[in-house]
Amino acid sequence: MKNESEPTNQGRRDFLGAAAGLTAAAVAPGMMLHTVDSEAAAPTGGVSDAHRWGLLVDTSKCADGCTACVDACDQENGLNLQSQPLGDDELKWQNQRATWIRKVKLQDNLTGQVTNLPLMCQHCEHPPCVDVCPTGASFKRADGIVMVDRHTCIGCRYCMMACPYKARSFIHEQVDQKLTRAPRGKGCVESCNLCAHRLDTGDISTACADACSAEGHQALVFGDLKDPTGPLRQALAKKPNRQIRQDLGLNTGVRYAGI
Amino acid sequence: MKRIVYREWLVEPQRYWGLLAMLAGVIAVGGLSALYMEHEGHWVTGMTNSVVWGTPHVFAVFLIIAASGALNVASIGTVFDKTAYKPLARLSGLLAVALLVGGLLVLVLDLGRPDRLLVAMTTYNFSSIFAWNIFLYSGFAAIVIGYLWTMAERKGNHLQKPVGTFAFLWRLALTTGTGSIFGFLVGREAYDTAILAPLFVVMSFAYGLAIYMLVLFYAFDADGRPIGPAMLKRLKNLLGLFVAAVLYFTLVYHLTKLYGAKNSDIEAFLLINGGLYTALFWVGWVLIGGLIPLGIIYHPELNKQRDWIATASALVVAGGLAAMYVIIIGSQAYPQEMFPGHSVIQFGAPGDVGGRVAPYSPSFPELLLGLGGVGVALLITAVGIRVLQFLPESLADRDVDPHASARHA
Repeated sequence: MKNESEPTNQGRRDFLGAAAGLTAAAVAPGMMLHTVDSEAAAPTGGVSDAHRWGLLVDTSKCADGCTACVDACDQENGLNLQSQPLGDDELKWQNQRATWIRKVKLQDNLTGQVTNLPLMCQHCEHPPCVDVCPTGASFKRADGIVMVDRHTCIGCRYCMMACPYKARSFIHEQVDQKLTRAPRGKGCVESCNLCAHRLDTGDISTACADACSAEGHQALVFGDLKDPTGPLRQALAKKPNRQIRQDLGLNTGVRYAGI
Repeated sequence: MKRIVYREWLVEPQRYWGLLAMLAGVIAVGGLSALYMEHEGHWVTGMTNSVVWGTPHVFAVFLIIAASGALNVASIGTVFDKTAYKPLARLSGLLAVALLVGGLLVLVLDLGRPDRLLVAMTTYNFSSIFAWNIFLYSGFAAIVIGYLWTMAERKGNHLQKPVGTFAFLWRLALTTGTGSIFGFLVGREAYDTAILAPLFVVMSFAYGLAIYMLVLFYAFDADGRPIGPAMLKRLKNLLGLFVAAVLYFTLVYHLTKLYGAKNSDIEAFLLINGGLYTALFWVGWVLIGGLIPLGIIYHPELNKQRDWIATASALVVAGGLAAMYVIIIGSQAYPQEMFPGHSVIQFGAPGDVGGRVAPYSPSFPELLLGLGGVGVALLITAVGIRVLQFLPESLADRDVDPHASARHA
């Protein structure tokens, strides 16, 4: 009995030893990465004000009729999973469904020149929606992203009254399908969060900007407003740009060239 | 001056219970409507991402500002020492609390997540005027209940003046806060002006007094208590003053907006080409709620008849609801102007409204919820005056003002 079990035990020891070694080999670089560059790798490491995320929209490159950014946002954030409640009026539903980004087409009253641009939450430095929220559910992260804490949102919609950009949506209906990365619930307010779930796992990109590039338009440049050598600051330096409702002095994180 | 005697409302039981049953019915329907909207979600209402506050807010804001206005009658007696108003004070306090409770209920039941009321009561963001209002509203109710105690309890009588003065200052803060909810919104053209705060204060004076007078007339009529002609004249003159003040502030509000070229479009919308909202402004707010009541109040014959004065009060209430509808819904229906010098030819997917007037039509559940709030306010008042001594036995001039008979002689 004892002789028979000996080789088995030996095999188990070998296996455990090898497993421990392999685990150490697999985990160690991760641990190293945690200590060396915790911001990039740790989804739970918190957000710092070392960055301020933003976008530059070059309206001259935004193509008429293209909805790549809108479609990508819908996919990324599960907005395409919303379903029109049975019996709701079609037109009303278009105004009730959540929209994080929309294509806007403008015509200059004097020259007749037509401009296309995507409009989403402008991620203000001084967001009116955050000021007015009675519970603090509407908040600004240290990295400048303005979003809604769905645990404390009471659905009063005061932020929607306050937003100058019509960027926020109220969930009017029962939600049956949603993505883990974009939780959604009836009776709360939500808006663009610059794909925070990507940023928090170290992926410095947004679905809209990626889609625009993939279409070959390059009308959207995403990046860090605080990084003078980064792509966003470089692009901002090259093109004269402004903020929508610049008169309000909100210092938006989203800037527009060509309007 | 005679000692004022207060008596419970001595209306016949059938009439009293009939009234309660009717109000309970209105409240039940309002409650069911709230439950329906909460269960289904707000898609069953007329509200959208463009018009985010609908008819419930019209009723809620109206009731809340009327609540602080209803307290004015008591304040005039206590704070400004007008003896003739003292017998009116208890009903004034009761009505103030009742209207506030009705309004707040509507406001809370229209939240997307009314079940999270506890969150709203425990998590505050003090840069929000909304959060401040939660304190202003609950504080108002507490102070007015204390104020009522100082009126009813002899031991508390000496505190009546300080408590009454504090309540008066508090109600000014409350209505200023309510007006500021709108006045501080920089992103919408019709708001973004400090004059909304004083406008709401004078509106509260007018609407609160109009409701007070209707309730007083009805209650006194029902159990045969007298109201003297001098008292009637006093109340209607006060209403006339407040209604005129509303019209004056309305004028200044629009003049302020009209002066800036950037606001010419919203002004054209509200005053000329806004369809329903323009009609509600001129016919509802100005004519029904302002000029016609003023015509009645200052008419040499009509202004001596209680029924006509009651009609004027009812018109002020109707005009007030129209005014709230224009301020709350009309201002949201108007598109937010983000691109000066440009016309918006497309805004999002087809049907997604931007750059043009947003459609809104109130749904029945919204309307019924709002009426439910009115029902709650009236039920509290009816039960209050029935079981406690809120109403003076008589408002005949000789009982109220010791010099009245001498003057008439």
